[in-house]
Amino acid sequence: MTAGLTQALMRAGHAVRWYTTALLGDRDYDRYVAHLARVHPGTAPVSERAYWRERHAEQDAHPGARCC
Amino acid sequence: MTARTEIEHIRTDPDLPPVAVVERGPMPASRRAVFAVVAVVGAVAWSVLALVRGEHVNAVWFVFAAVCTYVIAYRFYARLIEAKIVRPRDDRATPAERYDNAKDFMPTDRRVLFGHHFAAIAGAGPLVGPVLAAQMGYLPGTVWIIVGCVVGGAVQDYLVLSISTRRRGRSLGQMARDELGRFGGVAALVAVFVIMIIIIAVLALVVVNALAASPWGVFSLAMTIPIALFMGVYLRVLRPGRITEVTIIGVALLLLAIVAGGWVAETAWGQDWFTLSPVALAWWLAAYGFAASVLPVWLLLAPRDYLSTFMKVGVIVLLAVGILIARPEVQAPAVSSFALRGDGPVFAGALFPFLFITIACGALSGFHSLIASGTTPKLLEKESQARPIGYGAMLTESFVAVMALVTAVVIDQHLYFVMNAPAGATGGTAETAAEYVNGLGLGGTPITAGEIEGAAASVGEDSIVSRTGGAPTLAFGMSQVLSSAIGGSGLAAFWYHFAIMFEALFILTTVDAGTRVARFMLSDSLGNLGGPMRRFRDPSWRVGAWVCSVVVVAAWGAILLMGVTDPLGGINTLFPLFGIANQLLAAIALTVVTVVVTKKRLYRWVWIPAVPLVWDLVVTMTASYQKIFSAEPRIGYWAQHRAFQDARAAGDQSFGVAASPAEMDAVIRNTAIQGTLSIIFAVLVLVVVVVGAVVIVRSVRAGGLPSTEEPDVPSRLFAPRGLVATPAEREVQALWDARDRDRAPTGAGS
Repeated sequence: MTAGLTQALMRAGHAVRWYTTALLGDRDYDRYVAHLARVHPGTAPVSERAYWRERHAEQDAHPGARCC
Repeated sequence: MTARTEIEHIRTDPDLPPVAVVERGPMPASRRAVFAVVAVVGAVAWSVLALVRGEHVNAVWFVFAAVCTYVIAYRFYARLIEAKIVRPRDDRATPAERYDNAKDFMPTDRRVLFGHHFAAIAGAGPLVGPVLAAQMGYLPGTVWIIVGCVVGGAVQDYLVLSISTRRRGRSLGQMARDELGRFGGVAALVAVFVIMIIIIAVLALVVVNALAASPWGVFSLAMTIPIALFMGVYLRVLRPGRITEVTIIGVALLLLAIVAGGWVAETAWGQDWFTLSPVALAWWLAAYGFAASVLPVWLLLAPRDYLSTFMKVGVIVLLAVGILIARPEVQAPAVSSFALRGDGPVFAGALFPFLFITIACGALSGFHSLIASGTTPKLLEKESQARPIGYGAMLTESFVAVMALVTAVVIDQHLYFVMNAPAGATGGTAETAAEYVNGLGLGGTPITAGEIEGAAASVGEDSIVSRTGGAPTLAFGMSQVLSSAIGGSGLAAFWYHFAIMFEALFILTTVDAGTRVARFMLSDSLGNLGGPMRRFRDPSWRVGAWVCSVVVVAAWGAILLMGVTDPLGGINTLFPLFGIANQLLAAIALTVVTVVVTKKRLYRWVWIPAVPLVWDLVVTMTASYQKIFSAEPRIGYWAQHRAFQDARAAGDQSFGVAASPAEMDAVIRNTAIQGTLSIIFAVLVLVVVVVGAVVIVRSVRAGGLPSTEEPDVPSRLFAPRGLVATPAEREVQALWDARDRDRAPTGAGS
């Protein structure tokens, strides 16, 4: 009974963690690396630091609205 | 159970697993039973809200009425729209798949995208409007929030998202140009810009009203800026990509800042430094908007957005749980006498049309069409997911608006008017305010000055008299709900400032992002003029960025300053302009949608976007007409203008609530600006609508016009249609997962 409960809690914890990190973008860099490997195999991905610099430079140039 | 669901697998490539699953057939009996129960519970809840008189209604009925209506609407009405107008095809690649660059175009998990989209559309708007509308009682507001969303707002969001998805994620302005031609497109673009300015100004006014003379609130909010800077530097220099980690640190610091605000407000230096006048706050906000517009995104905007996203989801869940635990009783009447007479102190005008423009966000918000085009469609995995994301996220925002209305109607009604009537009416002190609201004929026990002071002290404020703008009332109601659910009255002051803080945080997110977007719109338009102006198109040209930022901030800053110094109260004269502007933007979006539906010759179903469009036009044009032509000075800007002008010409030293000739001059100037803006909005939107009507007639005569949709490209990925995958979809997903595992090169697994 407790084992089942612990497992359910663990699963819920994983789900919350998965959702939060996906929503905020923690894994975007991994996605980018995977994307590059799929679409342009052989191209070396830039470092995570450089990736975020590019992302932010992109946002600098193309702002997105936020509603009221 | 003889009828079975028919499952069709759709493939675009024989070597790939199916890219979509189509399930047809009658609904199983068990599901039907569930929807029948939902419908019955919803009907009971609506009956309680509409019919119970003489005793207090429990707030839980609002939750039931709302949720049951949403479930039915989502399952049946949104499905109808999907089948008849949207006709999604999941074998088509969406822009996210087709142009995937792992940046702005990127197929994003539907549940994550739902969160992104919701965080982008929901802000302080659905929290503030319903609070102000509560002066008319709880019933009209509730009906409009729920019904307006189901047949209006959610339809707009869903259809704009679908149309933009088929057009490479084009923005509303671009689609207006494509569908309506150059003239209509330019009118739409100018309208979007002007409307954006007024929306920023009025939301900033809400923040100023919430924070003026509140050292606790000012300190807490000021602290969000160093917290954001810290987060920005952390992500840039220390640990790039660790966003959740730094957001959790940021939220912890934010909570600390709220608690610390209470300590700071107790000290002499804290009161000295952080007690700011409305005018000073307005200048600080303008400075902040300018800084946010010219500073790099990573330093201020991006980290604030993380905080804001995190808080939005958290706060809304907290409020829903609080209402369900506390189950407060409603104090407001179903329909107040102000609704019938149209002379309420919070905003002037009769229920029709002014209720429908006061509650804009939460029922029908034109601003959403800017997010549903341009941003979200570039992230959508499958066309059919536009329903959970476009329609579903708007239902969620509507639910937020219902909860905001609940917080306003569960507080003592005398206290509600003490907080929301303008200072010119309440006189600004507890004694005069008590006298004023006791004279409103609200019924029930009259309020005393001592009770007003006690209420202020309970939330750690010096005064709550005439704290207009909706935010303080929401915070007060929320603190009442949450402290009775969690933590008792000892935490009331914390919850109050917690609520003030997140509302201000949401609004600042709109102000900074909006200023930046408006700056880019301005520089693009200037650049398009050609000649030496072409340089404005280069976003890295600092001079251009600074010039455009100054112009944008000056535009909304001037309206903000006008609002904070307005002898008539600011919010009650400007908020209608905000609502009208937002609803007019909806008219533009719905016009574009209606034109597209007509061009596709879906005449039988054109009523789906046309009904909300016509309703919206009737409401906004009636409201604009009254604001421009009404002879009643409380309603018509120009009538007010002339009344003060006449008094000034007659040599009066004071008139109405204006105590001096200088204040009279301020009213004369403000009403002229507000009246002019009303005319500009209405004319621009009428131009767009007339152009739309011309295109529709031309299209009908020609038997349909060519579509501006992108040609088909077969999809090569799979994703479920709804937020929860069906068993058949899980089976297909398993095939794709197995394929990915087989193909993963050794050592590169994750």
